Amino acid sequence: MDIRAQTSMVFYLDKCIGCHTCSIACKNIWTDRKGAEYMWWNNVETKPGTGYPTKWEDQEIYKGGWEKKGERIQLKGAGKRKGLVNIFHNPNMPVIDDYYEPFTYRYLDLIESPSMDDQPTARPVSLITGKPIDIKMGPNWDDDLSGTPDFARNDPNLKGLSAAEQEAMFHLEKMAFYYLPRICNHCLNPACVAACPSGAIYKRGEDGIVLINQDVCRAWRMCVTACPYKKSYYNWHTGKSEKCILCYPRIEAGFAPACMHSCVGRIRYLGVILYDASQIKSIASVDEKELVDRQLQMLLDPFDSQVIKEAQSNGIADSTIKAAQNSPTYKFAKAWGLALPLHPEFRTVPMLFYVPPLLPVMASLKEAKQTQQGQKLHDAAKFWDDNWLYDTSTKELWGTLDEARFPLKYLASLFSAGDEEQVKVRLKKLMAVRMYRRWKTVGDVTEEKSNEVLKDAGLTQAMAEGIYYLTTLAKFDDRFVVPASHREQALEMLEFTGDKKGATGFGFKEATAQRGL
Amino acid sequence: MKLNALNNFFFIAFPYMALIVFLIGTIYRYKTTGFKFSSLSSQFLESRGLFWGVIPFHFGLIVVFLGHLLAFCFPKGQLLWNSLPIRLIILEVTAFTFGINIFIGLAALIVRRFTNPRIRAVTNIMDTVIEFLLLAQVILGCWIALGYRWGSSWFAADMSPYLWSIIKLNPKVEAMSAMPWIIKLHVIGAFLIILLIPFTRLIHFLVAPIPYIWRPYQQVMWYWNRKKIRFADAQWVHHKPRNN
Repeated sequence: MDIRAQTSMVFYLDKCIGCHTCSIACKNIWTDRKGAEYMWWNNVETKPGTGYPTKWEDQEIYKGGWEKKGERIQLKGAGKRKGLVNIFHNPNMPVIDDYYEPFTYRYLDLIESPSMDDQPTARPVSLITGKPIDIKMGPNWDDDLSGTPDFARNDPNLKGLSAAEQEAMFHLEKMAFYYLPRICNHCLNPACVAACPSGAIYKRGEDGIVLINQDVCRAWRMCVTACPYKKSYYNWHTGKSEKCILCYPRIEAGFAPACMHSCVGRIRYLGVILYDASQIKSIASVDEKELVDRQLQMLLDPFDSQVIKEAQSNGIADSTIKAAQNSPTYKFAKAWGLALPLHPEFRTVPMLFYVPPLLPVMASLKEAKQTQQGQKLHDAAKFWDDNWLYDTSTKELWGTLDEARFPLKYLASLFSAGDEEQVKVRLKKLMAVRMYRRWKTVGDVTEEKSNEVLKDAGLTQAMAEGIYYLTTLAKFDDRFVVPASHREQALEMLEFTGDKKGATGFGFKEATAQRGL
Repeated sequence: MKLNALNNFFFIAFPYMALIVFLIGTIYRYKTTGFKFSSLSSQFLESRGLFWGVIPFHFGLIVVFLGHLLAFCFPKGQLLWNSLPIRLIILEVTAFTFGINIFIGLAALIVRRFTNPRIRAVTNIMDTVIEFLLLAQVILGCWIALGYRWGSSWFAADMSPYLWSIIKLNPKVEAMSAMPWIIKLHVIGAFLIILLIPFTRLIHFLVAPIPYIWRPYQQVMWYWNRKKIRFADAQWVHHKPRNN
């Protein structure tokens, strides 16, 4: 056993309101630089939708991640042979138009415009060439599906769905969507690290954060192809790749990353998980069906005395072990079994887990007479006389799961490599907690029924209380359990910070005006 | 007499100048601006056009460079190979083909650089200088291959000893001064390119990612080795920070 600590994340999708505050917090701190304008280390996508960059999940296009060949795995579009052969021109690399061309407006024209008959306009100009452009794409261009079904229809996750199922999803006015916030997954088997020819990308041993050393990066661009989540971005101005650094300067000081700190819906959790690093290779190469279960098996119980002993002997600090015991992410992913990794079939063993969304699954739009309801309203109240009812009632315990307007197959394609059972188990738990709380607060569900539901979902009352607490009442320190790094021990870190500033993960020490010399 | 002085300058002084500038410049650049020690890839801004330029250019360049290197290292083998006309023809045709490859690729790259506004935005003066210099060099090379089909034997018999004499710090320019002016130009161009390497994007060939071949795929780095036993009275051996 080789126990290591990983800083892991959980996003509770039901609570995401798609406000993009996380993206803005990240952008303002890290990517408001020349060459990085188009980068969104944190972005929020509307699902179903094509995402950013367009259709990033379709590995037939981008060739990201690992693929299984026999008993072993290999990088799909990079690696030692493919990477070095294609080093002059990488055939699978996305170009800027797959994201969008960054632009601004000539605002000054509005002020300096001479007096004339028409209103002056501020023309959009490209931030690359400085020339006027016609904007074809921008940040969150497909937000809330942009009033067209086209983005949703091109979602790569619809591949497994039948035409009828797809039609049901896209029926006008019945369409449902939810938000998928994404950052770097800080994987245990990162494809970007494996693909980097110059060895600039590495995983930090202490906390598992994946970083790109900007001084070693030589613009071979293989990480952009290799990352199946397209979370490694090429800075066209500096000629270096950059990616989410999980706000490591904040993490080292014991603070939550900016995106998590600023999260309005409080959907984000961050904590340490202890895992057995000796299993990574075998877990990344198991059959698709086992991927989720085996990944969760690898996460270790931080209360197990044997695990604690091994962790200590492996040099893991007591403060880290304590943080692992209080870790909200361990609870979500392992103890309660509520969360799933995004696209485990890419085999990078991502350490960002998602609690799958329940609401668009449960609710459905039904035809119902609402005239009576309308008559009860005040005259000033706005009332739509359209006879549609947003129905969230449950006929029987798990009935709505099977006739969900959001096919489980779709969610399974995102979170469990197509295994619907994995998603179903987790949605059942989410529903069970709601019924448990219904008994507690409203009282129209009996205690027996609530207990029966909990038992059926594999939960206890204590677990349900814990889930309820962490998803609704949890304070800052419950959601983010970050062990500060031990600077008092690591004099090297203290001494080298100045050197490494600008070298690790982002930015540069030299003026960039002459870049390209 | 005048010609002699010129020959001495171009084939003794200038090569040494070029080599010294290359060596010192490269080391200095690596030490001080390691951040910039690469070629600024523009594939992200334009991919398709790059393919038609960069692939023939690089593969052509690698073959032609290796050809020159072989003749430089093994001049006797080169002469032996050229002893049969058919083999000489095979060699010249191969070299010429790859030379034309470089020319086509480079021309495509130059056209792309000047017609695509996005690529212009990431172009600096040295990019332009080195591209036209390489173009001139490859045109001269192809011209030699076409006009002096026995040129490879000349390389083995005269160029290789001359280059070795430069390395051995005992330069002998007699054979060089007797060469046709076009070959002289080609040699001067080569040294000019070597001189300019530390000032241009060409520098990236020095950091070709060869260690990737034997490196393990995954890399984990530890800031702090907690298992290491440290002694309080041990001397501080780490380097002085540069930046604070």
